[in-house]
Amino acid sequence: MKIGTPKEVFGGENRVGMTPESAKQLQKLGYDCMIEAGAGANAGFSDALYKEAGVEVVKTAAALWKEADIVAKVRQPEAVELKRMREGQTLISFFSPAANDKGMDAAKKTGTNVIAMEMVPRISRAQKMDALSSMANIAGYRAVIEAGNNFPRFFTGQITAAGKVPPAKVLVVGAGVAGLAAIGTSTSLGAITYAFDVRPEVAEQVESMGAEFVFLDFEEEQADGAATGGYAAVSSPEFAAAQLAKFREIAPDMDIVITTALIPNREAPELWTKDMVESMKPGSVIVDLAAEKGGNCKMTVMDEKIVTDNGVTIIGYTDFPSRMAAQASTLYATNIRHMMTDLTPEKDGQINHNMEDDVIRGATVAFNKEITFPPPPPKVQAIAAKPKEVVPELTPEEKRAAETAAFKAQTKQQVTLLVVGAALLLGVGLVAPASFMQHFIVFVLSVFVGFQVIWGVAHSLHTPLMAVTNAISSIIILGALMQIASGSFLVILLAAVSVFMTGINIFGGFLVTRRMLAMFQKS
Amino acid sequence: MEFGFTTAAYVVSAVLFILSLGGLSGQESAKRAVWYGIVGMALAVAATLVGPGAGYWFVSLVMIIGGGAIGYQLATKVQMTQMPELVAAMHSLVGLAAVFVGLIAHIELGRVLAMDDSAKKALGGFAALLAKKDGVEIGILRVELFLGIFIGAITFTGSVIAYGKLAGKVDSAATKLPGGHMLNAGAAILSLICLVWYMNTGGFFPLFLMTLAALFIGYHLIMGIGGADMPVVVSMLNSYSGWAAAAIGFSLGNDLLIVVGALVGSSGAILSYIMCKAMNRSFVSVILGGFGGPAGEQMAVEGEQVAIDTDGVATALNEADSVIIIPGYGMAVAQAQAAVAELVRKLRAQGKNVRFAIHPVAGRLPGHMNVLLAEAKVPYDIVMEMDEINEDFPDTDVAIVIGSNDIVNPAAQDDPNSPIAGMPVLECWKAKQVFVSKRGQGTGYSGIENPLFYKENTRMYYGDAKESLNKLLPMID
Repeated sequence: MKIGTPKEVFGGENRVGMTPESAKQLQKLGYDCMIEAGAGANAGFSDALYKEAGVEVVKTAAALWKEADIVAKVRQPEAVELKRMREGQTLISFFSPAANDKGMDAAKKTGTNVIAMEMVPRISRAQKMDALSSMANIAGYRAVIEAGNNFPRFFTGQITAAGKVPPAKVLVVGAGVAGLAAIGTSTSLGAITYAFDVRPEVAEQVESMGAEFVFLDFEEEQADGAATGGYAAVSSPEFAAAQLAKFREIAPDMDIVITTALIPNREAPELWTKDMVESMKPGSVIVDLAAEKGGNCKMTVMDEKIVTDNGVTIIGYTDFPSRMAAQASTLYATNIRHMMTDLTPEKDGQINHNMEDDVIRGATVAFNKEITFPPPPPKVQAIAAKPKEVVPELTPEEKRAAETAAFKAQTKQQVTLLVVGAALLLGVGLVAPASFMQHFIVFVLSVFVGFQVIWGVAHSLHTPLMAVTNAISSIIILGALMQIASGSFLVILLAAVSVFMTGINIFGGFLVTRRMLAMFQKS
Repeated sequence: MEFGFTTAAYVVSAVLFILSLGGLSGQESAKRAVWYGIVGMALAVAATLVGPGAGYWFVSLVMIIGGGAIGYQLATKVQMTQMPELVAAMHSLVGLAAVFVGLIAHIELGRVLAMDDSAKKALGGFAALLAKKDGVEIGILRVELFLGIFIGAITFTGSVIAYGKLAGKVDSAATKLPGGHMLNAGAAILSLICLVWYMNTGGFFPLFLMTLAALFIGYHLIMGIGGADMPVVVSMLNSYSGWAAAAIGFSLGNDLLIVVGALVGSSGAILSYIMCKAMNRSFVSVILGGFGGPAGEQMAVEGEQVAIDTDGVATALNEADSVIIIPGYGMAVAQAQAAVAELVRKLRAQGKNVRFAIHPVAGRLPGHMNVLLAEAKVPYDIVMEMDEINEDFPDTDVAIVIGSNDIVNPAAQDDPNSPIAGMPVLECWKAKQVFVSKRGQGTGYSGIENPLFYKENTRMYYGDAKESLNKLLPMID
C-alpha cells in the first residue's frame, strides 16, 4: 500500500507529516512512500532528501490524494482536502473530531477511515504515538524561548564587575507535558521557577524538574487526574478563588508567566486576570499557551504579541510547534510511524485496522462510513495511582488520652493478676504445711525471676538458650545423688542410671553451648 | 559436712544459674555466661556429694564421668543442622531421670513408712528426710512425686518422638491414632483417677498405671504435631523438663532443684509463647496439632510462577546495592549455609549492603538459623530479626528466599481466610526483586499456596539450594 503526505494547506504551517527518516522506517513495514513536492521545504527537508530516502515525489496534491491509500498529514484537512478524500482511504492527522462537523460528515459520506492523532488514548502503550504530548513538549520549550526573546533581562542571576543581576522568576501554571517542558527549559536557563497545578499529585514531578510547587492553603481533595486520563478536571468555585488569591499574591514578583492550563473540550479557564497583569513589573512577559481556546489570560490576543499599557508583553501565538518545524516534524513523523507499526502487525505493507485494539479503536473517529466518535472508555485504565491514605496525626490530647487508657488497662491487668495470684497463694497457704510453703515461696520467686531474665535473651541466642537450659535442668542429678546412698539395690540402680543420663546432659549441654557461642562473630 | 555449707553452695549456684541465663542477652556476654552455668553446676554437684545424704561416691563419680564422656562425644561431633535433634534427645534424658528419681522417692517412702519409730531414727540420708514428715506432708509429697513422674514421663516419650521426627526417623507429618484427642483426654483422666487412688493407698500400681498413661500422652501428643510446629514442641518440652525438675525438687525438699526447675520451666514457656506469637497461633491450637480449617474460601492465586536461570540471578545480584537473604529450614536441609555465607562474603566485598532476615520460627528450633549462619562464619551483626528489618524491604533491590515458605507468605496479610492469616511474615515481596530458591513447584509443609511465588517481581530459582548457589558463586564478581 502507498502512504502519501501532502503539503500542509493551512497558512503558516511549516510542519510536515513525513520525514526522510520516518519514510525509511515506513518502507521497512512494507509501504511505498509518496510526498508532494515541496512539502518538507519549510521544515528543512528538501525533495532531494526525500528522493534519496526512496520516497516518490508527486507534483500535485490532487495526484497524491488520488494515488495514496493512506494519507498522513499534520493539520486537520481543509475543505479542499476533504473533497479529495475517497472510500477505502485512511487518513491520519489531527482532526479535532468534537469541533469539526464538516470533516466528520465528509468522512462519513466518502467512507474514509479517519484516525485522529489527538484521540490516541493516554495509556502507557500508546505513549509512542501520543502526538499531543510531543507537540506540547515543543510548545513548552518554545514558550520559554519566546519569553526570553521578549524579556529584556537575563534568566540566570549573575554577579559581575558591572553589578549584580537578580535571577528571573518564572511561574508555570499547569504542569502537563507543556508545563513540565517549560519548567525544565526555564530551570536549565537558570531562572527561579515556580509551578502550579490543580492536581496536587504532580507536585513530585514538578519538584523533580527543579521547580518549586506553589501549594494552596486549601482543604478540598482535588479529583485525581488519573480518573480523567491524566487531564485536569474542572475545579470548584472555592478552589478557583483560592487559586486566584494565591496568584494575585505572587504576581508582582513574577517576571515571566507561562500558562498552559487546558481542560479537554472546554474553554480555557481564566487564571491570570487583568489586575494581576497590571500588578506585574514593566518588561515582564506572559506566554499564554492556551490562546487557541480563549487564553488563560483574557487579555491575550490569539496569534499575536501585544504590549499592555504598563509594559507587560503578552504572547498569544498558537503555532509554537510550527515555529520549530524541523524538530516538530521529526517527532510527529515518528508518532505517525509508530501508529503505522501498530496498524501493520504483519509488516506486510497492508493495513489491519483492528477495532478491537484499544489504541486504534480510540483514535479512529470514522470507520467504514460510520462515525466512531466518541470512543468507549479504554479497557486499560490510565495510570491509576491509589490516593494515599494519610493517617491522621493525633493531637497531643488524644495521644495523652490513649496513653492514659493504655496505662490504666495495663494497671488493671497487673492488679488482677496480682490479686488472683495472691488469692491462690493464700488458698494454698491455708491448707499446706509450713515446710511446703517455704519451698513454694522459693518456687514462685524463681518463676518470677525466670520470666524477667528470659525476656532479655536475644532471639538469635535461642538455640544456645535451649542447650544451656537443657544442661542446667539436669540439676535433677542432685536428687539422684542424694538418693543413691539410701536403701535397696533397686534404688541404687535407678539412681545410678539417672546420674549417668544427667551426666551426659550436663556435659553435652554445656559443651555444645560453648561450641555454638564461639561461632558467633562480629564482622 | 554441715548442712549449712550445702545450702550456701546452693545459693551461690542458683545465683550463677540466673546470671548464666541473663547473660544470654548478648553474644559477647553469653560466652562468659556459659562459664557461670558450668561453675554453678560443678559447685552444686560437689556440694551435694559432700553434703548430707550422699554416699556411694565412687559409683556416683564413675557414672558422672561415664556420662560426661558420652556427652562430650555428642557435643563435639554433632553438626549444627542436627541441633534440634540433639536438644530433643537431651530433653528425653531429663524426663527419664525425673521419672526414676520420682520412683526412688516412692520406693523409699514405702520403706520408711513401714518402719517403726526406732528404726526410723537409725536411718540416714534421703530416707531420714522422709522419716521426719508427718501425715499432711506425706500427702503433699505424694502429689509432688506423682506430678514429677507424670511430667517426666510425658517429657520422655514426647522428646523421643520429637527426636525421631527431627532426625527423620519418624514420619514428620501429623498422625493420630483413631480417637484423636479423646485418647489423650482419656489417659489424662486415668492419671487423675490414679492420683486419687495413690493418695489413698500409697501403692505402686496406680503410680505404674499413671506412668504408662503419661508415656502414652507424650507419645501421642507429639505424633499429632507436624514438622513445622517443632520449634514450639521443642521449647514446650524444654519447659516440661524444667517443671519436672521443680516437682522433684519439692518432693526431695531441695530448693536448688526448685529454683533451677522454675527457671528452665519459665524459659521454655516464654520460648513457646514467642514461637506461637510468631505464628499467630494459640498454644493450644499448636498442641492440638494441625492447622484449623479455613474460615472460608481461600483467595485464588493468579498468575504463574516464572523461573529464572543462574545468569539472571547473577546479573541482578551484581547490579544490586542492597540484598536481604531470608533463610529457612530448606537451607538447613540442603546444608547450604556455607555456600550462602560465601555468597554474602563476595557480595559484601563489593561494598553491597547484605543482610539476613530471620523469622522467629524459621527452622525447627528457636534461633536455629542464627546458629547455622554463625557456624558458616556469617557475622551476627548483619543477621537481623523480623521486626528490625521488615521496614527495609521497600528500599531493597534484591530479596533472596532460600528454603523458606510460610514465613514469607503474603496471604497471611492479604487473605483473611488463609489458615495463616494474621501471622507476622517477612514482607520480602516489597523488595524490587525477589528470588526464591526452591527445589520445585508445590506448596510447603502446611500445604498453603504461597502467592509470593506468583508475584510479578518474583522469580523462581529452581534446584537444590546448595547446588544452585555453588553454580551462582563463580558468576558473582
